[in-house]
Amino acid sequence: MTQTDLAIVGAGPAGLCAAIEAKRAGADVLLIDENARPGGQLFKQIHKFFGSRAHKAGTRGMNIGTELLDQTRELGINVWLGSEVLGLQNGHDLWVVRNRVQTEMVRAKKIILATGATENALAFPGWELPGVMGAGAAQTLINVSRVLPGRRVVTVGSGNVGVIVSYQLLQAGAEVAAIVEALPALGGYGVHTAKVRRAGVPFYTSHTVRRAIGAERVEAVELVALDASFKQVPGTERVLGADTLCLATGLTPLTELAWLAGCKFDFVPALGGHLPIHDCAMRTTQKDIFVAGDIAGVEEASTAMEEGRLAGVNAAADLGYLTEAEARARSSEIWESLNALRSGCFGSKRREAKDYMLRKGKEVIA
Amino acid sequence: MSGSLKKTGAPSLEELAASPAFPSEEQFKRGPVAVIECVEEIPCNPCESSCPRGVIRVGEPITNLPVIDLDGCVACGACVAACPGLAIYIKDYTYGPDTASISFPYEYLPLPKAGDVVEVVDRYGGTVCKGTVLKVRSPKAYDRTAVVTVEYPKEFFYEAISMKRLAC
Repeated sequence: MTQTDLAIVGAGPAGLCAAIEAKRAGADVLLIDENARPGGQLFKQIHKFFGSRAHKAGTRGMNIGTELLDQTRELGINVWLGSEVLGLQNGHDLWVVRNRVQTEMVRAKKIILATGATENALAFPGWELPGVMGAGAAQTLINVSRVLPGRRVVTVGSGNVGVIVSYQLLQAGAEVAAIVEALPALGGYGVHTAKVRRAGVPFYTSHTVRRAIGAERVEAVELVALDASFKQVPGTERVLGADTLCLATGLTPLTELAWLAGCKFDFVPALGGHLPIHDCAMRTTQKDIFVAGDIAGVEEASTAMEEGRLAGVNAAADLGYLTEAEARARSSEIWESLNALRSGCFGSKRREAKDYMLRKGKEVIA
Repeated sequence: MSGSLKKTGAPSLEELAASPAFPSEEQFKRGPVAVIECVEEIPCNPCESSCPRGVIRVGEPITNLPVIDLDGCVACGACVAACPGLAIYIKDYTYGPDTASISFPYEYLPLPKAGDVVEVVDRYGGTVCKGTVLKVRSPKAYDRTAVVTVEYPKEFFYEAISMKRLAC
């Protein structure tokens, strides 16, 4: 049995920032991740981030990842890689399988779940053909494994993920035949859509994928127009030659451990679905368990980092490493930064959903 | 070709003209200026902190659209590589008697070389004319966002936005 003040599950942007804050405050931290490398999605983010200087705007995500790993090393944070957390019981005990062979129990006074999210799929005839993949998978292939998944890509979903991955596929040398959006208006930031449009990528709004066509793998993609009630309009089918179909149709929080721990949940569609109820300290209905990042509502890496810091600060304060006043001062700084990221026409919807969650948290968490 | 940002993916000249940073015709015709094509309120302000002369302002909240004092802008190009949205370029209507120039951010490989003749594209990716590469800058501070300067015929002044990607 390994004992620690604070165990953090997930070494992505939220988990790393939580670990850094808590360790700086003096807590003994164990950071656990199932992957061979820490950083979560940050090392796939080869583009420059938005935000302000405090949010590392203008810095490429992968470089932010490197900075966080450097800090983790300098602080001497204990990191277990290749370690899957399969169970969480009594609010404090984690069942961990290390390197797929060795099972280990961890007893932590406090736990932060920063497990991230998983990509949503879309069902259509041909969806099982090789060449159909999540946009995140395509991004891993090009930016981490440096393998081009195909020569000619159709992307479904015009949110930032779909548009950014399409841009990165262009950078990797692929052609993007189309970005398809079911809604009548494009979802992603205009600066992202403008970037791929000037590279010649057409957008199809009010369209969806009707089927993927191919014998052994994707050879073409059939699109169809959608009417105002999202019904396919017969006669509007068109076939685009493509060998890859990337699905960027949203993310769902990875909440299994929070369910296992008995956290209370609420359904918040604007943030990705079922979420563990949490308050402004990122505390769940289980008093020693905190959440941060996409598990607490799907947003962006920059918001995940701030939420991780909040959870780290509050867990450290619970453990007695920060006074209440110190924790309050640091939290209000972080909240200011979070509110800035959740402002404007894109952020306000998330802000409202998050405000709803925090009201709920205040109500439910004594 | 025109259309709205949320339909075609690219801002139309009308949408741009309605944004606070887009230069007027008169300002364009005076000489080289930084052109900021930022028409949506997103939380972002590296343009403001990158400007060595402090003439770009976003302020608080950081979702404000940037404004630029074009009288103070010397078209140094620092903001071009700093903008994470790749939404800023320098345009010079007065470059030559019949030609204008544009310095735009470019993140594809291979990079063009000075002297190359390239296809100049509009906001929709269509080729509008040929242009000649004058220089390509990619210092460390730009963090792999190269800034490519192309000379092109003045009649395509407003449409030109970038160049067609070179084959790998």
